[in-house]
Amino acid sequence: MAEEVDYYPMWESLGMDTASHDALLGAVGQMYGSMYLTQNNRPASTSYLDNFATNLHSGAIKEKLDAKESGKAKKIIGSFCLYVPEEIVTAAGGIAVGLCAGADFATDEVEKHLPRNTCPLIKGFTGFKLGRVCPYIESSDLVVGENTCDGKKKAYEFFATQKPMYIMDVPHVRTDETKQMWRNEIHRLAERLEQETGQKITAESLAEGIKVANDKRRALQRLYHARAFDPVPISGLDSLLTVQAAFMDDPVRLTGAINDMAVECEKRGAAGEGVAPKGSKRILYTGTPMAVPNWKLFNIIEKAGAVVVGEECCTGSRYYKDLVDESGTTVDEMLDAIADRYFNIQCAIFTPNPGREEDVIRMAREQHADGIIDCSLQFCTIYEMESFGMEQAADKAGIPYLHLTTDYSTEDAGQLNTRIEAFLETL
Amino acid sequence: MVRIGLDIGSTAAKVAVLDEKSQLIDTLLAPTGFNSAETARAIERTLAERGFSPQDNPVVATGYGRVSVPFATKTVTEITCHGKGAWYLFGADGTVIDVGGQDTKVIQLANGRVKKFFMNDRCAAGTGKFLEVMANRMGLTQDELSALARQGRPVEISSMCTVFAESEVISLVGKGTPREDIANGVIESIAQKVVSLAKKLPSNQYFLTGGLCENGYIVERLGARLEAPVTTVPQARYAGAIGAALCAPEEGA
Repeated sequence: MAEEVDYYPMWESLGMDTASHDALLGAVGQMYGSMYLTQNNRPASTSYLDNFATNLHSGAIKEKLDAKESGKAKKIIGSFCLYVPEEIVTAAGGIAVGLCAGADFATDEVEKHLPRNTCPLIKGFTGFKLGRVCPYIESSDLVVGENTCDGKKKAYEFFATQKPMYIMDVPHVRTDETKQMWRNEIHRLAERLEQETGQKITAESLAEGIKVANDKRRALQRLYHARAFDPVPISGLDSLLTVQAAFMDDPVRLTGAINDMAVECEKRGAAGEGVAPKGSKRILYTGTPMAVPNWKLFNIIEKAGAVVVGEECCTGSRYYKDLVDESGTTVDEMLDAIADRYFNIQCAIFTPNPGREEDVIRMAREQHADGIIDCSLQFCTIYEMESFGMEQAADKAGIPYLHLTTDYSTEDAGQLNTRIEAFLETL
Repeated sequence: MVRIGLDIGSTAAKVAVLDEKSQLIDTLLAPTGFNSAETARAIERTLAERGFSPQDNPVVATGYGRVSVPFATKTVTEITCHGKGAWYLFGADGTVIDVGGQDTKVIQLANGRVKKFFMNDRCAAGTGKFLEVMANRMGLTQDELSALARQGRPVEISSMCTVFAESEVISLVGKGTPREDIANGVIESIAQKVVSLAKKLPSNQYFLTGGLCENGYIVERLGARLEAPVTTVPQARYAGAIGAALCAPEEGA
């Protein structure tokens, strides 16, 4: 494993700013060390996550570029969102990657193109591009965006001046008409990806793509259920990273590793072994997604002695809770099945969106949560808006609730700490 | 054995000592200064001189400097402590308002326990710091500012931001606006901000804790704006420290 590879030529060939990239990797490495490696009693199988984090910008990129070089894969397709179906990307011979958006970078440059009061996630991916420090963005042949929130869809207009982009139109209400429109969008995406990769999507390749993605989801579901034990066998930080990795790592390897973690966690659960003492306060997270390396909130919660036992968000249950129906036999049937699965994601862009509240309450009960923490990234209007209804839903269910707003900086760490510790003291 | 609570705030450090019957038998107030660890050590010496050695009695620290108290048995957040302290002092459920040096909190008490709370965001509006800055700018103590305000007529200070509000005060002074009117505007500004936070947890009675509890005019203005009684007592300044002491284990040490 530890053979020395010089990755600088690869980064340079991608056009990256290696000096800035060194600084970024240094900072992220330090964060990983202080947040992840200080955790006690982690399951042994989480060594996969440490390897994933180590190779994130190096070996993992080389592997993808090598696959392209050897003809095993045709193109690398980047995306920022759960609405871009990875099944279709892989069926067309592409490698699907989630792009970096979880830290502030080159903010001064970003604010030349985007308003200051833009959410940190959007500023993050724009900054990673302008700073040329994300090998996932730089190695992507095509970036598939989506009309989800206003901030993203308008920011893509600028991003498209920096990278080849294709935009999917995601409906914002659920009716028979929008469902049909979304199916059409999925078919349109399939055509565009075929054109990009030069590889026709066949019933066989699409069935395989669906199966690989569903296997990944089944593994993540199994791990989620193992977290219902008290003491909880795996931390929220590690669990968050499993889904973050699911957007970036080779799907078959990831599925194997997650299944190993699930098996180990089930054993630990049955044996009463955990990452925190039995009776530690259990938190269900809901809110905006947490892109790598945004581990700030979970770190504060868990360093304060509580454990995160589930996350209702795009880097959580929404990624794995629903499977694509595997009974389709033709490409058209399968594309429709994919469309229907993605149409049901409970994203705050939809109005009304009662399914998200239902999911949160159901998950809080399933995981025996003592409280719900609902966190929005600053300037994320739709999640801020939904927090009012979410609080009412939590009150009605009799589950204590805390709403927070934060960004990627550390300047509010003190205030967040006090709010979170105080919330835990009330439980 | 006694139980000791230390509330290291951004501006002032407060200490409360409770005896075995949980009676408040001593208090201590000191400016936090720029080094809360040094302040904690000075408090440790004073406590020892008064016969309440932190080595022999359990100590709980709270406030933003709670982590800088090496001799504390444990730390508890100021939210929980102000809730407990208010319950101790007032013995009733309601909404506790704590105006601190750098943040303002409102805490809903149900059966003496914290049910919900809100804090102001990363901004000094509606905090003790706002009052301190304005009083300094006008060359007054905070008590003098309140006394003047009572005689004045409200003049609008529209900025939420302490820095911008300070510029407004400077220009009002420049325009020759009577000092008592400016003082009145300053008090109304802080009262309005505190009230808008307090109204998130509406109640039929409010309790004021923290540094402004002896500022009669502010208490009056808060009550008028909330249209409900705002109760306070001089010891409410020590509510956080009292709550911390109450969090200390009753035996052992």
